[in-house]
Amino acid sequence: MSARAISSLVVPGRGQSVWLVTLSSAAMAFLAVFALALSVTSARLAATWSDALAQTATVRISAPPEEMDSQTALVLDVLRTTPGIAEARVMVPEEQAALLEAWLGPDLPLDALPLPRLIELTETAEGPDRQGLRLRLAAEAPAAVYDDHTRWRRPLVQAATRLQSFALVSLVLIGAVTAAMIALAASAALSSNGQVIRVLRLVGARDRFIALAFVRRISRRALYGSAAGTAVAMLALLALPQAGSAVPVLAGLGFQGWTWALPLTIPPLTAILAWAASMATAFRVLRGVT
Amino acid sequence: MIVFEDVSHDYGGGPLFRDVSVRLEQGSFHFLTGPSGAGKSTFLKLCYGELLPSSGKVTLLNRDLREMTRDQLAETRERIGVVHQDCQFLDHLTVEQNVGLPLTATDRPLRESDVSDLLGWVGLGARADALPPTLSGGERQRAALARAIIGAPNVLLADEPTGNLDWEMSQRLMMLLIELNRMGTAVLIATHDLNLIRFAKAQVQARVMRISGRKLQLAGAEL
Ligand SMILES: Nc1ncnc2c1ncn2[C@@H]1O[C@H](COP(=O)(O)OP(=O)(O)OP(=O)(O)O)[C@@H](O)[C@H]1O
Ligand SMILES: [Mg+2]
Repeated sequence: MSARAISSLVVPGRGQSVWLVTLSSAAMAFLAVFALALSVTSARLAATWSDALAQTATVRISAPPEEMDSQTALVLDVLRTTPGIAEARVMVPEEQAALLEAWLGPDLPLDALPLPRLIELTETAEGPDRQGLRLRLAAEAPAAVYDDHTRWRRPLVQAATRLQSFALVSLVLIGAVTAAMIALAASAALSSNGQVIRVLRLVGARDRFIALAFVRRISRRALYGSAAGTAVAMLALLALPQAGSAVPVLAGLGFQGWTWALPLTIPPLTAILAWAASMATAFRVLRGVT
Repeated sequence: MIVFEDVSHDYGGGPLFRDVSVRLEQGSFHFLTGPSGAGKSTFLKLCYGELLPSSGKVTLLNRDLREMTRDQLAETRERIGVVHQDCQFLDHLTVEQNVGLPLTATDRPLRESDVSDLLGWVGLGARADALPPTLSGGERQRAALARAIIGAPNVLLADEPTGNLDWEMSQRLMMLLIELNRMGTAVLIATHDLNLIRFAKAQVQARVMRISGRKLQLAGAEL
């Protein structure tokens, strides 16, 4: 029997602390997977919303019907001479109808409504000088309003960013609680094995050997526990209804493509955390036991 | 190897012994006797650093016990074999694994044949795979002795190593210790057994120390 094999045997395998480690690592890994999914999803939402809205803008012209065409021509002139605008296109009434239908239903007599005219802008990557554009429009075509969607975009992106910070804070908290639980379990394991420590001391074992005997066992349990918790959580995420279903925002929760690899880092990270937490605890406890 | 200078020890209820000065040199053989409760086990505990003296200086293998770091103490114990009075084992490991522990726990190479030879010598060959709680008192003592000497220590301390053994087995173990002593190990045995002391004195130059009246006395030829 090799020295290493013995060293993994010197601590008895039974005991509540071992179960505490396994269970808490499993539970914490389960929660960590969801926090991670939330973080990945909210980052994705924030990116999607800012990308989709960033390079488009509209100019809305509300004028009496007889002035509409002249105002439109004025606006198009201004836009054509504004750097940062790639394309300006007047939306045909059918397009506007389609946009409104989504909100108001198909049966509206749109012709009877004094609808503003919409010009859809595609901006270049740098975009126009927005403030300058607003001022020029106000001076030359007072019926036109430039709208770069910032008003809509900002709260959405802010909400997604905040959601992501919540998720990250949750991950940190989960890590801290896991470390604390494992430190507690390590200290319980050490104090319930006073006899083992005494005998090892008697035969000349150094603190490092004694600590490692406990730490190896605890980290292995943490690894097994968190692997189980991670697996269950990933299966649960797979089972969630996917995008396209009735509740689009919720259905988006989960990983996509390479981000499925992220939760796989949870078990090894838990093992490393367990190693560090139990090592620190073991040395602290052993210093107190003479 | 082990030097006591003006050592006193007191658990709190008055001193057990006072101003003890003694040297255990390499290759020496000592017995320690005295009435029960006189402080023999306490004396041995000072010799392997389980206790610190209340006053005075204990030097183990050229290091002052008080100044030692925890790793230095472990390093010192690696070279001191101890047979405890209440032989302590890891109850979930086999006798064989317990006996090998001084080597495995200090990352020294362990030859399984050495362990089985030694177990054969102390008459435990058939009990190698037993768990310590299933051993008889005498078997435990023999296993403890085997564990104390497996690492070829510089010093061997034994507290009543033959208390539960028949005379024949006691002699056998004593021969083992005498062999060890001849190879240079300093041996110190706490015992009440005068027959054992006489038996050993016929083989080696053994000195007898006696704790009584709070003093450590060197007994002469009266035994
Ligand atoms: N940890 C302790 N705390 C307080 N008193 C102790 C402690 N250990 C031993 N004693 C006391 O110190 C005295 C000496 O104990 P020790 O074990 O050294 O005696 P001993 O000579 O080995 O006796 P025996 O021959 O019965 O083994 C005893 O009266 C014992 O009760
Ligand atoms: Mg005693």
